[in-house]
Amino acid sequence: MKYLENRKYVIQGIFLVVGIVFAIRLFYIQVVDSSYKQAAETNAIKSIIQYPFRGLIYDREGKLLVQNTPVYDLMVVPKDVKDLDTLRLAELVKLPLEDVRARLKKARSFSYVQPSPFYQKLSTQEFAYIQNNLIDFPGFYINARTARGYPHQSLGHALGYIAEISPKQLEDSIYRGYRPGDYIGKAGIELEYEKYLMGQRGVKYKMVNVRGVEKGSFREGAFDTLAVAGENLISTIDLDLQAYGEHLMNGAKGSIVAIEPSTGEILAYVSAPFYDPNLFTGKDYGKNYMALLQDSNKTMFNRPIMADQNPPGSIFKLTQALIALEEGVISPNTTFACNKSLVNCHQHPSPLNLYGAVQHSCNPWFYQAYKALINQGKSANTFTDTAIGLKEWREKVLSFGFGQQLGIDIPGEKKGIVASTDLYDRVYGKNRWKYSTIYSLSIGQGELGVTPLQMANFMSVVANRGYYITPHIIRSVGNDGKPLKEYQEKHYAAVSPQHFEPIIAGMSEVVRAGTGRRANLQKVGIEVCGKTGTAQNPQGPDHAVFVAFAPKDNPKIAIAVYVEHGKWGGQSAAPIAGLMIEQYLTDTVTIKEQEKWVLSREYLNIKSK
Amino acid sequence: MEKVLGQSLTSATPHSRRSSSFITPHLDWVTVLLYFLLVALGWMNIYAAVYSPDNVINIFSMDINSGKQLAWIGASFLLIIVLLVVDHKVYEHLAYPIYGFIILLLLVTLVVAKPIAGSRSWLDLGGGIRLQPAELAKFATALAASRFLGSVNLRQQNFKDQMILAAITFVPPIIIVLQNETGSALVFAAFILAYFREGMSPLILIIGGSAAAIFILTLLVPKLYLIAAVTILMALATWMDYRLLRRFKVMIGLWIVVVGMIFSVDFFVNDVLQPHQQNRIKALINPEADPLGYGWNVTQSKIAIGSGGFWGKGFLEGTQTKFDFVPEQSTDFIFCTIGEEHGWVGSTVLIGIFLLLLIRIVGIAERQKSVFARTYGYCVASIIFFHFLVNVGMTIGLAPVVGIPLPFFSYGGSSLWSFTILLFILLAIDANRAKDLAR
Repeated sequence: MKYLENRKYVIQGIFLVVGIVFAIRLFYIQVVDSSYKQAAETNAIKSIIQYPFRGLIYDREGKLLVQNTPVYDLMVVPKDVKDLDTLRLAELVKLPLEDVRARLKKARSFSYVQPSPFYQKLSTQEFAYIQNNLIDFPGFYINARTARGYPHQSLGHALGYIAEISPKQLEDSIYRGYRPGDYIGKAGIELEYEKYLMGQRGVKYKMVNVRGVEKGSFREGAFDTLAVAGENLISTIDLDLQAYGEHLMNGAKGSIVAIEPSTGEILAYVSAPFYDPNLFTGKDYGKNYMALLQDSNKTMFNRPIMADQNPPGSIFKLTQALIALEEGVISPNTTFACNKSLVNCHQHPSPLNLYGAVQHSCNPWFYQAYKALINQGKSANTFTDTAIGLKEWREKVLSFGFGQQLGIDIPGEKKGIVASTDLYDRVYGKNRWKYSTIYSLSIGQGELGVTPLQMANFMSVVANRGYYITPHIIRSVGNDGKPLKEYQEKHYAAVSPQHFEPIIAGMSEVVRAGTGRRANLQKVGIEVCGKTGTAQNPQGPDHAVFVAFAPKDNPKIAIAVYVEHGKWGGQSAAPIAGLMIEQYLTDTVTIKEQEKWVLSREYLNIKSK
Repeated sequence: MEKVLGQSLTSATPHSRRSSSFITPHLDWVTVLLYFLLVALGWMNIYAAVYSPDNVINIFSMDINSGKQLAWIGASFLLIIVLLVVDHKVYEHLAYPIYGFIILLLLVTLVVAKPIAGSRSWLDLGGGIRLQPAELAKFATALAASRFLGSVNLRQQNFKDQMILAAITFVPPIIIVLQNETGSALVFAAFILAYFREGMSPLILIIGGSAAAIFILTLLVPKLYLIAAVTILMALATWMDYRLLRRFKVMIGLWIVVVGMIFSVDFFVNDVLQPHQQNRIKALINPEADPLGYGWNVTQSKIAIGSGGFWGKGFLEGTQTKFDFVPEQSTDFIFCTIGEEHGWVGSTVLIGIFLLLLIRIVGIAERQKSVFARTYGYCVASIIFFHFLVNVGMTIGLAPVVGIPLPFFSYGGSSLWSFTILLFILLAIDANRAKDLAR
C-alpha cells in the first residue's frame, strides 16, 4: 500500500496548484490590469440623503406654532477637494482666510470621506451667489434642508429648539441613525417629541463618475427610499392667551401657568423674561444662545417647571385646610382667635371661621389648625406625636402633586420640596423637633418649595374637587387627533370631594371682597375663586403669588401667576390672573384698568411690609 | 535547598506523567492556531463588509453581522470543548446512526420546509432559530464513508462495496439537490479526492477533472478552436507514445466522446439547467454582457478585488464593498473585502493560510493509524478545499457563482459550526491516536 501513501503528494500538489493559480489570477486582476481600478472609480455610488420634513406643531385652535423654512448649507467632502484656491473660496463665502483654513481642517479631522458642513445656513442671496461659482470647487456642494420657523414670538421655553447633534450624542448608541450635521431637538417639546417630529430620512443612490457627475440612478432606484415626514403635533396651548400672558409679563420676572382642569391641558405657559424662538433659527444661533444663557435675568431658566426653591406662601393655606378637614381636626365652623403672639398677622376681624380665615388669610388661625392636624395626640410624647403627624400630613400633600415631578411633557421638570421627618431629623436630630420648630409650614413658609406648574396643578385639583390629570402641552400626535393615552388618567388627591366646597367658598370671597379683588370679573359675570400669597424672599422684595380658577362651577381654567419681587400677590399677581381668565373665557378684556395697572408696574412702588 | 527541590521535581516528572484522558497536550496546536486565525480574520472582515462610514456601529453591536458572528464564534468555542471532551471513539461508533439521522433530517426538511428564496433547505426550529441540515450532512457523510472504508471486511475491488460507498456519498447530495441547494450538493464531489487517497482509480479523478475542464473551456473558448486543440493534443500524444497508437480505436472513441461533450454543453446549459443556474454560467463567461443583471455579483466582485491593488486600501477603507447591494457581502463574497482592503498581499496571505491548513490536515490524516481516522482526515481536507476552490474562484471569475461560504471566514452560524465540528472531530481523534490500535 506504499504507492497509495504517495498519493498524498498528488493531493497536496492539487492544493498548491490551485493556490498558485489563485495568486497569479489575483496578481493579474489587482496589479497588472488597471481597468478594475478605473471601473471602481467610475463605479462610485453616491448616497444622497433626503431630509424629511420635521413635524409641524399647531396650537389648540389650529394656529401654526412651529413651521419649517428652507435653509442651505455649504458642505465639503475633503477627499474630493482638488486644487483648492483657498483665497477664492474665502472671497466666495466672505470669511477670513484663517477661518476658511480652520473650517477645512475641522472637516478633514472629522472625516476624509464623509461630507461635513463647511458653512451653514446661507441666506438666499448667498446661496444663489455661491451656487453659481461652485463649479470651480470640486468637493463642495450645497445641501438644502429645512430649519424651524415661527410665525410669532411666543412660547420659546416650552417649544424648545433644535440644533446640530453634538459629537457626544453621536457617540451614544441611542442616537444611532443620526449623522453629523443633523438637527435634533435640544430642549422643550422639540426634545421631548423628537422621535415623532424627526420623521424618517430617505436615501437616493446615484452612480457618479470620478468628477462627481451623476450617471443616473443606481439600479433604477431599487434601493432608494423616500423620506417620510415627521408627525405633526397638536399643542394644548392657546396662542392668543399665551401671547397675551407674555405681553402682561413683559419686563417682569416670573411665570404664568394656565391649565384646563378637566383635561390637564396647558393653555398658557409663560416664563418671564421670555425670548423669541426665532433667535435660535438663524446663523447667529450660537451667539444668541450664549447671550441668553449668560444674561443676569436668567432668561433660559425655565421658571414654570424649574423654579422649585420658593415657598408657596399663603396659597398653601388652602392645602392645609383641605387636609385638616379630611382628618376631621377642624370643621368649616371651627373658629380660632387671631392671636398675633403665635405668628404675626395683619388687621382683620377676629375670631374667624374657615371661610373667613381663607378670605383674610389669617396666619394665627392656620397656626392653630395646623397644630391640631400635626399634634393629634397619637403619641404621648410630643416629639413623636409631631413626627407621626408630619409623616401622615406629608403623604396627603404629595397626593396633590407637590414634591414630585408631575410628568409634564417638557424636559427639565423639578420636584420641589415638601418637608419630611427625615429632613428635620437630619437638621435637628431625631426626637429633637416639635410643632414649634415646624410651624411655618402652616402658612406655606419654611421647608416648602413649589414650582408654578405645581401651583397651577393644585388649582386643577381644587377646581375638579379632588383630582388632577397630568398637565401636558401636547394633546395629540399625528393625524388621528386622539388625545395621548398617558394624559387621561385621573390622579386623586387624598381629600374627599365634599371638603372642597367650603374652601372654594372662601376662595370666592377672596376675589369678591378679600385680597384678590383685582382678579374680580363679576361685571362680566364670571365668578373667580382665588387665593393670594407672598413668598418670603431673603434676597430682596418678596415674591407675589396668585392662584385661581374660574368659573366657580364647571371650571374652565386654573391658573397660577408668580411674580418675582412682586411684593403682594393681590397687587401684582391677581390682576394678571384676572386678565388671563377673562381673555381666555371671553376672548376680550374689559378690566382695562387692571391691564393698565399691570403694565405700569406701579405695584413695585408699593411699600413692602 | 531550592536546587534540590528543583532536581527532585524534574526527576519526578517522568514517573508522574498523567494518564488521564485530558487531551490538551496532544492537540495539534498548529491547526488550532490556524483555525483561530481564520475565525478572527473572518470576524474583522465581516465587520469591514457591513461597516458604513455614514453610520458607524460598534463592531460588537448585536445589530450587525459582526456582533452576531462573535456570538456564534463564542458558541463554537463551547462546541469545541464538547467535541474534545466527548470520548473520541463515539465518532466512529456512531458514524452510521449520525448519518442515518441526518438523512432523515434532510428528508423531513424536504417535506416540511417552507421555501426561502426558492430553497427548501431550512428547518425552522421556532424562536427565530433555523437550521440547514445540508450543512451537517457534510460531516455526517464524511464519518459514514470513513467508517465504511475503515471496516475490516471491506473489499475495495468488490463491485457491491463500491456501490455502497457511492450510495453513502451521493444520497445526501441528491436530496439536497431536491431541496434546491445545488451549491451545497456540489461539495460532495470533493469526496472523490479522499477516496483517491484510499485507492480509488485515478482515472475517475482524471476523467472528472477533464470533464470539468472541458465544460468550462467550452464556455470560454469558441468550439471550433477547442475541437482543433483537442484533436492536435491527442494526435501529438498518440504520435509521441507508441502504446497509444496500439489503442488507436480507443483514442478515436475518446475523441468522439470529447467532441460530443463539447457539443452537448449548449444543450446542457440551455435545456437542463434552471434559468438562475444558466445566468451563473453566463456570468462566468461574460459578466459584462449584463453588468446590472446576472453579471452584477461577478462584475462588482472583480472590481472590488481589482481596485485593491498591491497593498489594498486599508482596513475599513474599502469603497466598493461598503454598500449592502451585493446581498452576500459578508457571507459568500467575503473574499472581496480582503481583496479590496488588503490588496494582493492580503489575499495571498489568506490563500497561504488556507494552503497551510489544508496541507497540515493532510499531514494529520497521514499520521493516523486507523483507516477510518485517515479517511476522515482526507474528507475534512477535501471539503474545506472544495469550498475554498469554488468560493475564491467565483469572486475572481474563475468559477461560476455557487452559493457556498468560505470556511471559518464567512458570516453565518450554520456554516461556522459545521466547519468547526468537521475540523475538531478530526483533532479530537488525532489527539487520542496514541490510544488507538492500528488496523
